[in-house]
Amino acid sequence: MLKLFLTSARCVRITRFHGVCGLATSTPASSRKVCIVGGGPAGFYTAQHLVKTRTDVQVDIYERLPVPFGLVRFGVAPDHPEVKNVINTFTQTAQHARCSFHGNVTVGKDVTVEELQEAYHAVVLSYGAEGNRTMGVPGEDLAGVYSAKDFVGWYNGLPRNRELRPDLSCETAVILGQGNVALDVARILLSPVDILKKTDITQHALDSLAESSVRRVLIVGRRGPLQVACTIKELREMLNLPGTRPEMEASEFEGIAERLKALARPRKRLTELLLKAAVETPGEEELERRNRAERAWGFRFLRRPLEVLPSTDLIRAAGIRLAVNRLEGDGEGVWAVATGEVEDVECGLVISSIGYKSLPIDPAVPFDARKAIIPNTMGRVQQTAGLYCSGWVKRGPTGVIATTMNDSFDTARTLLQDMDKGTLDVSTIKPGSQGVSVLLEKRGVKPVSFSDWEKINSEETRRGETRGKPREKMLDVGEMLQVARA
Amino acid sequence: MSVASASRQFFTRLLQCQTKCAIPFHAASRVLISSYLPQVSGGNKVLLGSCAQPLSYSRSEEKVTVYFINHDGRKITTSGAKGDSLLDLVVDQNLDIDGFGACEGTLACSTCHVILDQKVYNQLGPITDEENDMLDLAFGLTDTSRLGCQVCLSRDLEGITVRVPDGVNDMRRSDDAGPTL
Repeated sequence: MLKLFLTSARCVRITRFHGVCGLATSTPASSRKVCIVGGGPAGFYTAQHLVKTRTDVQVDIYERLPVPFGLVRFGVAPDHPEVKNVINTFTQTAQHARCSFHGNVTVGKDVTVEELQEAYHAVVLSYGAEGNRTMGVPGEDLAGVYSAKDFVGWYNGLPRNRELRPDLSCETAVILGQGNVALDVARILLSPVDILKKTDITQHALDSLAESSVRRVLIVGRRGPLQVACTIKELREMLNLPGTRPEMEASEFEGIAERLKALARPRKRLTELLLKAAVETPGEEELERRNRAERAWGFRFLRRPLEVLPSTDLIRAAGIRLAVNRLEGDGEGVWAVATGEVEDVECGLVISSIGYKSLPIDPAVPFDARKAIIPNTMGRVQQTAGLYCSGWVKRGPTGVIATTMNDSFDTARTLLQDMDKGTLDVSTIKPGSQGVSVLLEKRGVKPVSFSDWEKINSEETRRGETRGKPREKMLDVGEMLQVARA
Repeated sequence: MSVASASRQFFTRLLQCQTKCAIPFHAASRVLISSYLPQVSGGNKVLLGSCAQPLSYSRSEEKVTVYFINHDGRKITTSGAKGDSLLDLVVDQNLDIDGFGACEGTLACSTCHVILDQKVYNQLGPITDEENDMLDLAFGLTDTSRLGCQVCLSRDLEGITVRVPDGVNDMRRSDDAGPTL
């Protein structure tokens, strides 16, 4: 390994004189070395912009897991395969001559951010949000209470959630939060298994869902119908979900119809659809479909969790106590205020879908604990030259993939600007991944390359084929590494 | 070896050649992969826009000229076959439009958002709920906005100008500015 490092150092010296390096291991003229921490959409889109815009930038992506793609693999719902098409673009980026992927490397443990800064001209932190906001109520630790992040991780094969084993033997599930993640969870809980079995949902989740007794899902939010955070595509999917009917309280929609015409288009169309489902008498065909449906779901508004109520043996959730709110303020400044009224809902499954949360990665990186992001200005980490950020760790954990794409392009542009203006010092020669490899080898860490991932990919695809699924995800990091090294 | 897997091998090698030769990669390869390598995109069927035709369909040789105005204001002159979508055009002609068509024409994103002239907009057919749902997420949505993957070239669209708006997030986010997740 050391030999390789020395060889490429010589190569760099040759480059300065001849501009061409005969060695196959390094690319000539890629004198600017950028390191990206995190192999999800933010990392890949930042890398994409950098290698596409310049011919003198080498980008190395470090990812903790042996497998790339982050939430595109572990967050996007199994029944939304088209959303995962971005993986094709990421694959192209990873296979680009001036980009390399290094999986199975935990930044902050296997290598520090300071060490990365020594090896690279610039380091971009794109490691997303692996934590979640907690409800902060008594009973949150009872069996049967999960964060949406963990529940989604469970059905999407995130290794750390493979032992979740949620108990689906109850009739009613309550989801706190009304964003797209909440709707994804509701949809997976209520979808006919015949549909799910053709997706890349993990087998153990499929088996659990096939035995599930959950027949009713309530999606609960603190505020009113005009504040739901989900988008219309996901709402439409719920309304069209086979074997289910929407059950909403028309009383919760009083006064909403009058507000429609003042709304901006996206909110207006969403509210119209919601209103229609809640208050309109459906046509004959739809009425019949609803009567035949064995499963139901609905939004409940103006409710905030106060406590998860335990079962008689005090081990598991048996219900949830909700404070009833009313809204104050108007337009964009609406907020919820407790009325003093309280409501108990019987349920055996409570899923809090109130937001993901970023965590600090390394003491050398500034972190705003209140906002749970890395403090930055347009992607430049505050008070730390050479450090940038993109994606959720920069902006907060909201937005679709396209939002992260644009944000990542922004950070890349900022970085390149700094290179051009000289604010980012690129005058010294940096060893890049060769330097990091030396450290990793000393520490017994063996990175997984992109072609190693492709072995994992092929194996997962092969296993899926036997079951009529696009893939059967490996759940165990050890197994992934075994296949990667085969 | 089946024809399908032979095709797959060919296109994989084609892609590898393109990337290793440091030719700026482009969405065309991506579309090639997704057309011929269903495993890469997870087995899902990929639609090349609503103008999707089976591979055996021979597109008309008649070309339609289209002018794109990119994010940065630069004008790009290009042409495509009748029946191609604007997304097909961007991909096939390898136009340098950053991040265009992320979901590859499956109505799962808004990154092929384009702005048309009123007259051209009026000429086009009705917009489906699915397209409107995705348009709702597009930044800088106008009354003459469409998704490029749903706009099909025809003789009537000869010489049109298509504006690609900036995708930069507006910092003045309000409740109605867009989705949260």
